Amino acid sequence: MNDLLRRYGKGLTWTFIGLTFFWLIILVVLPDFKLLESSFRPYLPVTEVGGPKDVYSFGNYLQIFGNEVDFNFFGLHFPLAARIKVFVLTIFYSGVVTLITFILAYPLSFYLAKVVSPKSLPTLFLLLFVPLWVSEVLRSFAWYIILTLKGPLNVFLMTIGVISKEIRWIDGYSPVVVTLVYAYVLFMLFPLYNAMQSLDSNQIEAADDLGAPWWRIHWRVILPHAKPGIASGAVMVFMLSAGSLLVPAIINSTTGNWFTQTIQGIMLEGQDWNAGAAFAFMLLLFCTIAVSVAMRVFRVSLSDIAK
Amino acid sequence: MSAGIDLDNVCCDFGKFRAVDHVNVNIQPGEFFSFLGPSGCGKTTILRMISGFTEPTEGVIRIGGKDVRGQRPNQRPTALIFQNLALFPLMPIWENIAFGLEVRGVPKAKRRERAEELLALVDLHDSADKMVSQLSGGQKQRVAIARALAVEPAVMLLDEPLSALDLKLRQHMRAELRAIQKRTGVTFIYITHDQGEALAMSDRVGVMSQGRLQQVANPRDIYNNPVNGFVASFVGENNIFAGDVQNAADGMASFATSTGTFRARLPGAAGKLYVRPEHMILQSTPGAENSVPVTLTEVAFEGNFISVHAVTDSGKTMVAELRNDGSATIPAAGTQMHMAFDARNAAILPDSATAGA
Repeated sequence: MNDLLRRYGKGLTWTFIGLTFFWLIILVVLPDFKLLESSFRPYLPVTEVGGPKDVYSFGNYLQIFGNEVDFNFFGLHFPLAARIKVFVLTIFYSGVVTLITFILAYPLSFYLAKVVSPKSLPTLFLLLFVPLWVSEVLRSFAWYIILTLKGPLNVFLMTIGVISKEIRWIDGYSPVVVTLVYAYVLFMLFPLYNAMQSLDSNQIEAADDLGAPWWRIHWRVILPHAKPGIASGAVMVFMLSAGSLLVPAIINSTTGNWFTQTIQGIMLEGQDWNAGAAFAFMLLLFCTIAVSVAMRVFRVSLSDIAK
Repeated sequence: MSAGIDLDNVCCDFGKFRAVDHVNVNIQPGEFFSFLGPSGCGKTTILRMISGFTEPTEGVIRIGGKDVRGQRPNQRPTALIFQNLALFPLMPIWENIAFGLEVRGVPKAKRRERAEELLALVDLHDSADKMVSQLSGGQKQRVAIARALAVEPAVMLLDEPLSALDLKLRQHMRAELRAIQKRTGVTFIYITHDQGEALAMSDRVGVMSQGRLQQVANPRDIYNNPVNGFVASFVGENNIFAGDVQNAADGMASFATSTGTFRARLPGAAGKLYVRPEHMILQSTPGAENSVPVTLTEVAFEGNFISVHAVTDSGKTMVAELRNDGSATIPAAGTQMHMAFDARNAAILPDSATAGA
């Protein structure tokens, strides 16, 4: 604080702090509080807002129940409220996206951090960054084209003779998972790369010298060291996936509804902001719980992730 | 369970740079052998070739008589102690030590037992469950040694493991390392740029410069009978005179320099004249031979010895170290005196070994 004052003078320092507070309080915290408040209010005609019927209740939150459908979870059948089903599947497939990004990013980040010569590193990073220059909308549409029934993927597979009839790729949750993996894999890659890069290569050599095969070196030395990176990458990918609206809106099949689409439907099509807010807070709450549980299970603390 | 190592015409190139140039040496089983040399002389490359992290460009490396070329580090009977130790910071001490056993599928209880034994061997009781970060530098050192010993290597390779320690601890660990080596009987190959360390611990020392092995001998011979100027100046201090050899006979010769003509040993090829400061005698009257009149410029009392810098009439600076036996009178700077040395303590040596030596 004193450093800031000395370096930039009073005027500039207070302007910085003021702007930061404005952004944080006025643009982030207050709107969230307003939404939280309205999530407990009923959906009423304008004339009745503030009237005797406008009282706080959990009514909006309870709307998630009801309208029971059959839930088929890998052959396990049981009845479940339609919205809860979407909710559970969104959380589950966000986890799947996180797992796949990890499986893809782990070998790649190891290669970048420990194998490749530092000279070619800038080129490789550029190649990784290039797709980020294209907007997420375009990238999602690109995947839509690739995956359509008469699209290049089916044509290619049929040409090389792997399949004899087109496969309907845009079905269930697979297109969303594929596109989310593509969109967010770098959010897993960079924290992993950072973590692995900070590992002393002598430790890998020491384990090798003591007789460890490559998989044990990964399991006992590299993976534990990279754990904070894995955790922060996983949190980012999971939260971004569960909260993504754009990707499912563009590429989703009719059988793979994402929970954000449910919220959007209530807010924009149903014009019920109060219930939409309630659903959004439920998503936030359960994602936070899921992340905390995962962090407990894998024994990482918040301070590890912040590193 | 210790093995000898033969390096047979070993070379190692990094691109156009020849890091190791035709090195030949036979290291005996159970020997404490040091490679001594300045940084960049190729000693670490030799270590990495023996451990298997680098392959020689030419030549053969044999461990216990067996050619190990093409074997991975995890297949060789060697254990390397890294300069920065490379302990695993996320494992407790005992798991660090037992890592090599874990790899070999030894059951957990057995591993723990063996780790405790090794901790006792390196004088680190009650540290099994501590983390690496809780130990001091010297203790980490011992853990690294215990971890390497756990796999019962035939050869231990040590890459300047004491360089990060402070002076006192370094001296203590020298004795400790030597004792552990004697207790276990494992062949130790030690890399260092510190001549004191090499001389104090080793059975034999190999002095290296620019990828070439200059001399292999026991510490005494390395210091007293260096084969060339590089060894003489890297291991200890010298007064060096340039000049020409005259009437050489029976390993002795006269050597004409700009300071005067001296008698000295001539063990091999001609070069420069080297005299150690502690072999210089300071006297008030001229000696019979090898005596030069000088003016003292700087006299420093160092405790166990007195360091005297002097300059000759021709402007050559000479250094003498006089042992402090408690009664020596300390001469004052500016005094005119004579510096002399015994011909047997002076040697005419070539600059450094030629290729392939």
